[in-house]
Amino acid sequence: MLNITVDPSKVPAVVTEKSTGYWRNVGQRFMRDKLAMFAGFVILLLLIMAIFGPWLAPHDPFASSIMKRLKPIGFPGHLLGTDELGRDMLTRLIVGTKLSLFMGITPVILAFCIGSVIGLIAGYAGGTVNTVIMRTIDVFYAFPSVLLAIALSGVLGAGITNSLISLTIVFIPPIARVAESVTTQIRSRDFVDAARASGANAFTIVRVHVLGNVLGPIFVYATSLIAVSMILASGLSFLGLGVKPPEPEWGLMLNTLRTAIYVQPWIAALPGVMIFITSIAFNLLSDGLRTAMEIKN
Amino acid sequence: MDTTVKKEAAPGSAQPLLMVKHLIKHFALKKDVFGRGGGVVRAVDDIDFLVRQGETLGVVGESGCGKSTTARLLMNLTPPDNGDIIFDGRSVGSRDLSLKEFRRQAQMVFQDSYASLNPRLTIEDSVAFAPQVHGVSKEDAVERARDLLRRVGLDPNRFAERYPHELSGGQRQRVNIARALALQPRLIILDEAVSALDKSVEAQVLNLLLDLKEDFGLTYVFISHDLNVVRYISDRVMVMYLGQVVEIGDCETLFEQPKHPYTRALLSSVPSMDPDNRTEEPPLSGDPPNPINPPSGCRFHTRCVHAQAICSQTMPALVSDQAGHGVACLMHIAGSGHTDAPSAQQEVA
Repeated sequence: MLNITVDPSKVPAVVTEKSTGYWRNVGQRFMRDKLAMFAGFVILLLLIMAIFGPWLAPHDPFASSIMKRLKPIGFPGHLLGTDELGRDMLTRLIVGTKLSLFMGITPVILAFCIGSVIGLIAGYAGGTVNTVIMRTIDVFYAFPSVLLAIALSGVLGAGITNSLISLTIVFIPPIARVAESVTTQIRSRDFVDAARASGANAFTIVRVHVLGNVLGPIFVYATSLIAVSMILASGLSFLGLGVKPPEPEWGLMLNTLRTAIYVQPWIAALPGVMIFITSIAFNLLSDGLRTAMEIKN
Repeated sequence: MDTTVKKEAAPGSAQPLLMVKHLIKHFALKKDVFGRGGGVVRAVDDIDFLVRQGETLGVVGESGCGKSTTARLLMNLTPPDNGDIIFDGRSVGSRDLSLKEFRRQAQMVFQDSYASLNPRLTIEDSVAFAPQVHGVSKEDAVERARDLLRRVGLDPNRFAERYPHELSGGQRQRVNIARALALQPRLIILDEAVSALDKSVEAQVLNLLLDLKEDFGLTYVFISHDLNVVRYISDRVMVMYLGQVVEIGDCETLFEQPKHPYTRALLSSVPSMDPDNRTEEPPLSGDPPNPINPPSGCRFHTRCVHAQAICSQTMPALVSDQAGHGVACLMHIAGSGHTDAPSAQQEVA
């Protein structure tokens, strides 16, 4: 009689190609997303402008000229015209990239660090700790973000540092909320129970098993907040609570040019166009990241 | 790794490996804003049992009878409301046996093979995690993990650096078994560990479990709703109904001569292959009653064909005969008042 014994190690594996890590997989999927790649390219350009702005700009961003005020787009020597003090618009838009991006990204990075920790603690601890932390967060969450940013900036006083602080405080609650919900979800998975059953303490479980699974989704969410942060930071500058003139920053430029909106509407709109492009690029990037990370079994 | 762990004592040796006494877990339901609701789910309601060294105790019952809660209570993944768990003569959580040390000696395999592996870790790292928690160096833990993967039938050169999503369900459950073995435990709780697998894969994994038990001298608590599987793998079987143990005893005896009406009904739900061997017991109808407000007296009386008035008033205790076969039914308690019960006289004689 034929005796068939199955040795599982000899059974050919279902997957024969080389094993790919999760992040490499995400990277490959992201590369295939043309729109997201384009957004990434735009952000790369913006970063180059931010870093090399002073060398790329054709003029001195502070050099004003009474003679050449509010010249239209395409004026000889000034490709994008001049502002209300006769300063070259192209130069100020390029040089302003640095401060505008800085004002948009820094609060989100800070809020990402602080909010993630808060959300992780609340989500992993659960119970009373969760209730206390999340209800406190909810108090901040109850205010519209614009109002909260303006109120905090108003209380703290004008200035770059203070507007960064107020924007960070504005973004901590939403990030903590996302972190808490993702952590709660991961915490209920069997592999966390298995880790608990192997005698690991909470810190080790969070470090090895929870962190790697929650940082991705939080990061994607934080990326989408950069666009909001850019707009809020511009808004604070517009209201005179953020960057002070004559520093080039898109929100502030929008403010000072608003008086010229009937004379040179296109010039006045240019900083807004830059804010629009940047926030769209960050939104598309975060969309692309989210899609790329949604790898189902 | 030293895979030739010394053989533990044979089944039925004097000292039980695990003793569970008065284990209780009630889940409080939240009240709504008007203060309504707020019942208590009696998930596990005062159960006692023991697991002998080297045996496999099968636990069966319908959905919601408290099988999985019992497993989680044993591992203290859910803290029990009351009850003692005595492992190898030492009370878990006492000075003699810390929870961490108990968790080194007792491990658990879950039903969902995918959810029980961290998707971001290679399977090698997943298996090597637990030993590192207990102070084994990274290199030694990985070495041990690769040995165990080979032992459960996965070639480490091919699988060790794979991620869970790249494996099939059966392969993942092998990884979970390797992970449970990584701490060289004496007791493994298998909570529906093969239930989600295809029948052919299920058979392979069951045979693997039997081999591992032999080689490592393991003791299993095997929880399943599949009676055939339980009969195949178990030495003794415990039947649960609405958070209580209704019958416990030697596997063959229990399957051949079930005493409790619930066990009989449960067994008759398995189609017989032999037309001459049909059961006359009517099949169970309906769902088990709500464990929020379980029936008074014997919890099975609402569905029991032998139920009498006394059954809704008196809760039968689990009574064991000399062979250790326990049953909680008034029909088997002398002088209980049930007309089918043996009289007190007969019992003495």
